[in-house]
Amino acid sequence: MKKFMTIISLMLFSLLVLTACGQSPDKTTDEKTSQNSGAGAVEAKGVLLMSTTTSTQDTGLLDYLAPIFLKDTGWKLQWTAVGTGQALKMGQDGNVDIVLCHAKASEEAFVEKGYGVKRYPVMFNDFVVVGPAQPIEANKDIHTVFDQINSQQLAFISRGDDSGTDKAEKAIWASLKIDPKTNENYMKSGQGMGDTLAMASEKKAYCFADRGTWLKIKNDSTVKVDLNIICEGDALLKNQYGVIAVNPQKYPTINNQAANDFINWICSDRVQKLIAQYGIDKYGQALFTPNAGTNS
Amino acid sequence: MDIINEAMRIFTDAGIGDAVRVTLAMALASVTISAFLGIALGILLEQCHFPGKRILIRINHTLLGIPPVVVGLLVYLLLMRNGPLGAFALLFTIKGMVLAQIIIITPIITSMVYSYAFTTAPAVRAFAVTMGASKWQTQILTIKEMKYEIYFAIVTGFGRAISEVGSVMLVGGNIEGRTRTMTTAISMLKSQGIYTEGVTLGVLLLVFAFILQWAAESFQKRELENENY
Repeated sequence: MKKFMTIISLMLFSLLVLTACGQSPDKTTDEKTSQNSGAGAVEAKGVLLMSTTTSTQDTGLLDYLAPIFLKDTGWKLQWTAVGTGQALKMGQDGNVDIVLCHAKASEEAFVEKGYGVKRYPVMFNDFVVVGPAQPIEANKDIHTVFDQINSQQLAFISRGDDSGTDKAEKAIWASLKIDPKTNENYMKSGQGMGDTLAMASEKKAYCFADRGTWLKIKNDSTVKVDLNIICEGDALLKNQYGVIAVNPQKYPTINNQAANDFINWICSDRVQKLIAQYGIDKYGQALFTPNAGTNS
Repeated sequence: MDIINEAMRIFTDAGIGDAVRVTLAMALASVTISAFLGIALGILLEQCHFPGKRILIRINHTLLGIPPVVVGLLVYLLLMRNGPLGAFALLFTIKGMVLAQIIIITPIITSMVYSYAFTTAPAVRAFAVTMGASKWQTQILTIKEMKYEIYFAIVTGFGRAISEVGSVMLVGGNIEGRTRTMTTAISMLKSQGIYTEGVTLGVLLLVFAFILQWAAESFQKRELENENY
């Protein structure tokens, strides 16, 4: 028994030593980074917590905007990227200060129920339908494409995760009065856009995607993505982003000041121009078109 | 009554019934195959002596700690359309998921069976030899002597199979009604902010674990009682 205790205490001691060893290099790097940021950027006066959709993160837009926001306003932007459904839910529960997502109807309902102050349109990008080159020929009419997918029972992978993209896809099926579930090869992945596109490529299936994620996956995937754009440019494929400050009357502890600063900042002409330029150098085309101040 | 109605509605609406079916089919298939492989390997490993045996045991122990997502990734790359086994079209099917599960569960059963065999088998063999048993009779006696330990190894394997999420998400793809298991459904529901149905599935998983454990225990108890007569 005594021997056992000795072994245990020895183990605990060595664990302690190991963790101590592990920590010391971290500390020095921490100091270094804080020195670096102190030399270059403004000291953050607080944190703005945002819930947003995966597309703003996956396209790298927020990584591009956050340092500029910090420099201009002094707020450090931190975000959690989830589906639009959950992004709004996080706002509803008062877990974030601001929501940036793309499902206009849900966003308006969010404001109507008093969870958000007001919805401001920020920018849009568009959706595309991608898939194998055969049997559907590329064209500009989403109705023809969806109609053919359904009537020929072609494999189609839907997000099926209640995200903004998923809602947009469902709305198009509904406007066509087609029940996609009548297609035996209509599948729901329940996963993010990137995973779903990879699955579509593997299964030679059609897929409804936002252009930003599509370009990124097509460019960056180590495995060749075997899909082409089948449909783009239809008015129904427009994807509008909106930003909403969470209502401070419901949740007094949230950082409403920073949220308002963010809205004014992102809707300003200068930042709108920055958004219009984003992605041109890397993908040869802009990923978002700014349209703050319009009625979208 | 409302709670029961609500539970029934969730069960049929959200494809939870399908998720349960997929989970059980996958777990049963992978545990059956892993059990045969694991028991055979464990017993052989104890009986045969060859150079490199210690390394083999080391490798098996290492595999016990392999993160399932890593297995998932490797199996995904294997089964990809352009991968080595792409021609079989197993990606995003239950068969593909079973393959990943076998890689995860077999080392667990192997090592459990091996360590039991290591302590009990030599005595059993010595006894069998003095009784003049043939080679096959000896083998069967060894397995019979370890049957509780083998039940336990299989139950452990089954527990791993129904609770696995990482590799199953990667290889299965979480396709509704086809490869969506209870665990991947929970993870998906959480990401959508739907907690009620996630909790329902979680409770169901716990119920399964309980039934399994209870069945194994009562089986063992009955056997013990029989032996005591």
